[in-house]
Amino acid sequence: MTEATVMTETTVQPITALPAGKAGIVAALDLPGDVRARLLELGLVVGTHVEMVRFAPLGDPVEIRFRGCNLSLRRHEADGILVETTP
Amino acid sequence: MSADLLTAKPRKPEASRQSGSRQSPAPKLVVLTGNPNCGKTTLFNALTGLRAKVANYAGVTVERKEGRLLGDSTATPVTFLDLPGAYSLSPQSPDEQIVRDVLLQHCRDVPAPDMVVLVVDASNLERNLYFATQVIELGYPTVIALNMMDVARANGRELDCARLARELGIPVFPMVASSREGVPELRDHIIAFAQNPDAHPIGRALCQLPPDFKAEVEQIARSLPHWRKGPDARLSAAEAVLMLTDERYAPRADSGESADLLEKVWDARQRLEQKSIDWRTAAIEARYACVGAIQKLVVCETLSLSETPSDKLDRILTHKVWGTLFFIFVMAVMFQSIFTLARIPTHFLENGIAWIGSGIGRLLSPGDLRSLLVDGVVAGVGAVMVFLPQICLLFLFIALLEETGYMARAAFLMDRVMGKVGLHGKSFIPLLSSFACAVPGILAARTIEHPKDRLVTILIAPLMSCSARLPVYTLLIAVCIPDKQIAGPLSLPGLVMLGLYTLGIVLAMALAWLAKKTILKSHMPLMILELPPYRRPLIRTLFRHMWERASLFVQRAGTVILGINILLWFLATYPRNPNFENSYRVQRHQLTALAAAENPASQQLDEKKLQAKLRQLDKELAGERLRGSFVGRLGRFIEPAIAPLGFDWKIGIGILSSFAARELFVSTMAVVYNVGSGGNTDEDRLGLVQTLREQKRSDGTPLYTTLTGLALLVFYAIALQCAGTAVVIFRETNSIRWALAELLCLGAIAWAMSFLTYQGGRFLGLQ
Repeated sequence: MTEATVMTETTVQPITALPAGKAGIVAALDLPGDVRARLLELGLVVGTHVEMVRFAPLGDPVEIRFRGCNLSLRRHEADGILVETTP
Repeated sequence: MSADLLTAKPRKPEASRQSGSRQSPAPKLVVLTGNPNCGKTTLFNALTGLRAKVANYAGVTVERKEGRLLGDSTATPVTFLDLPGAYSLSPQSPDEQIVRDVLLQHCRDVPAPDMVVLVVDASNLERNLYFATQVIELGYPTVIALNMMDVARANGRELDCARLARELGIPVFPMVASSREGVPELRDHIIAFAQNPDAHPIGRALCQLPPDFKAEVEQIARSLPHWRKGPDARLSAAEAVLMLTDERYAPRADSGESADLLEKVWDARQRLEQKSIDWRTAAIEARYACVGAIQKLVVCETLSLSETPSDKLDRILTHKVWGTLFFIFVMAVMFQSIFTLARIPTHFLENGIAWIGSGIGRLLSPGDLRSLLVDGVVAGVGAVMVFLPQICLLFLFIALLEETGYMARAAFLMDRVMGKVGLHGKSFIPLLSSFACAVPGILAARTIEHPKDRLVTILIAPLMSCSARLPVYTLLIAVCIPDKQIAGPLSLPGLVMLGLYTLGIVLAMALAWLAKKTILKSHMPLMILELPPYRRPLIRTLFRHMWERASLFVQRAGTVILGINILLWFLATYPRNPNFENSYRVQRHQLTALAAAENPASQQLDEKKLQAKLRQLDKELAGERLRGSFVGRLGRFIEPAIAPLGFDWKIGIGILSSFAARELFVSTMAVVYNVGSGGNTDEDRLGLVQTLREQKRSDGTPLYTTLTGLALLVFYAIALQCAGTAVVIFRETNSIRWALAELLCLGAIAWAMSFLTYQGGRFLGLQ
């Protein structure tokens, strides 16, 4: 899951692995067609800056922010959003 | 795209109109479209005033809102169509499917649009422009209503509208639709367009697709059955892009697409893959590149806010502790007001209806016509009206939650809980409201976008014990359940009451879970919900929303409920037995004559006695009439079916009569047992309880034992014995089949559970 590339010192991980308030750059969407297409159309294309805003009181769903808008999605789907972060 | 696609001439809207037989001048159709939460409906209201017509699109439950331009000159009438919100032309919901079909002219019941007004949220320009550029490229005469300029400014963003207009090649109208700022300019522009449509600039291609992708798109566009040269070619090109990109694309037989079209699409995708172009993302990425470039040219950040005021509010309102507490508080206030506050106007309405009924009763002499008007029509109208206070209050609340943006947060907070049984966070409010009444609860399910989640919510809503069941529960518990203390404040009657509410909830959750696993399985549990910035609600909009819902209920459901009530009145009134009627008339006459012949000294006393005797006679007549009516006969007819549950035919009459409204069980039982129309005063109620306790079966054992009572309570907790709810399910699912299936299913479950209660209890030796 967590794959560290030593060369560039960046980490690719699911956005849900980030603590609330931290942000990353979209590296890939590892999701089934429909969800992937919709997230892409909402602007979550590779290279987009995306922030892990918060987790709901029971840990699911999660809230993320990108391109100035806030989205809530279930963990199940959010786990497929892989982001690149610099430590 | 080839040269002829790019240099398409302005379209002649009249030529593409489907109905040529219309009187000239035909109204210009202007469609309003944009992302959800962009203020589209606010603009629609500002343009049309209060004259909107609400209906459904053929075959689906998507709402169709149309209205004439406010104060338009009759020379060139303009009709607006408010399309549902959409994020893209590749549909993910029935709402988006409609938007796509209307704009690509595949919607049979909507003519080709003459003009498109794109409502764009200035505070969220980039994502809004994704859909906006998709629509612009369709080549309609298009304008942009750049809404929420005030929010954009507050968030520290200045927009260069002239530059945006130049980049997009169409006029841009900055506005704040909620305060009407900028709306008159747009209105004038639309009127000018209607007078001279050909002069208006049309949308042009904006997005630069990769050359190979573009070539494939063009080929597919040419093989479309509805491919048109010249003006409409852009529609075909746009459609081809959508086909190529949409993984789930399947040919639509209704628009004449053949199976080999699908093959062509597959071949094109393969060729693209060979050139290592990802056909799923190429068009989307190209569009975001285009949109990103435009946004850079147009937006100037004057302030860099790390946190908008809305974000700050969210810190509290979605906080684990404070957010949850606030949510509980909001829900408690909402529930209390529909459960308790709504009783005040309901009470007034009921009194008003009763007053009208007795007024008509005084005007007419006793007879069939009076009975029809008073007990059939007026009482039926009353049965419709009693729903209105709850519907109005609930929709006022829902409008408030939606308009402020809190609705999305409520769904965010509740999604985990509801998700456990396969429901959506937005199912919470409809289900909670159903504890007051399932009718507004089911209407509230409209806030759920996903059709299957919505359907499941509608179907389980009647299992929440509504306030109309309370009088039935109270009566039967008083009659059948021994008043024993169990532990501390916990008594047996209280425990039974709690058990009935729990039974409904547990059964609802189980059925929801089952339905989502089987017949209503969604192939994709898509729960992507936008959390829009908090906004100050407009009082005008709230009341308008409430008014719309209430009048729709009266029009669509009210008429049917009235009809059913009149039918039930007929069944409970006819046939009349002339022998009984005569014998009662004779008895009445005898009593009065006897009293007149008595000693005048004790007249005062006798007058009272006489009145009491006459009242008793009236009660007996009413009981006799009901028992002899069609409902009485039906009660006897269904007795074999309900005997295994411990019920006799008189209870059968109660169950059948409850269909008009559950609480009618109480008054019906009072009539059946000759204790008048009872239940109105404490004395009446006690009398009824006493009478029910005294009822015996043919073998001399008491009828209303604890076990019979429990079985009947279980039956009432589950069965869908409410014409109003059944009709609303029919209207809201747009399918009489779902309503009938629900009626039968819940009836069968209720029967089975009552059977288990009664026979299981007997098996265990309980009484």
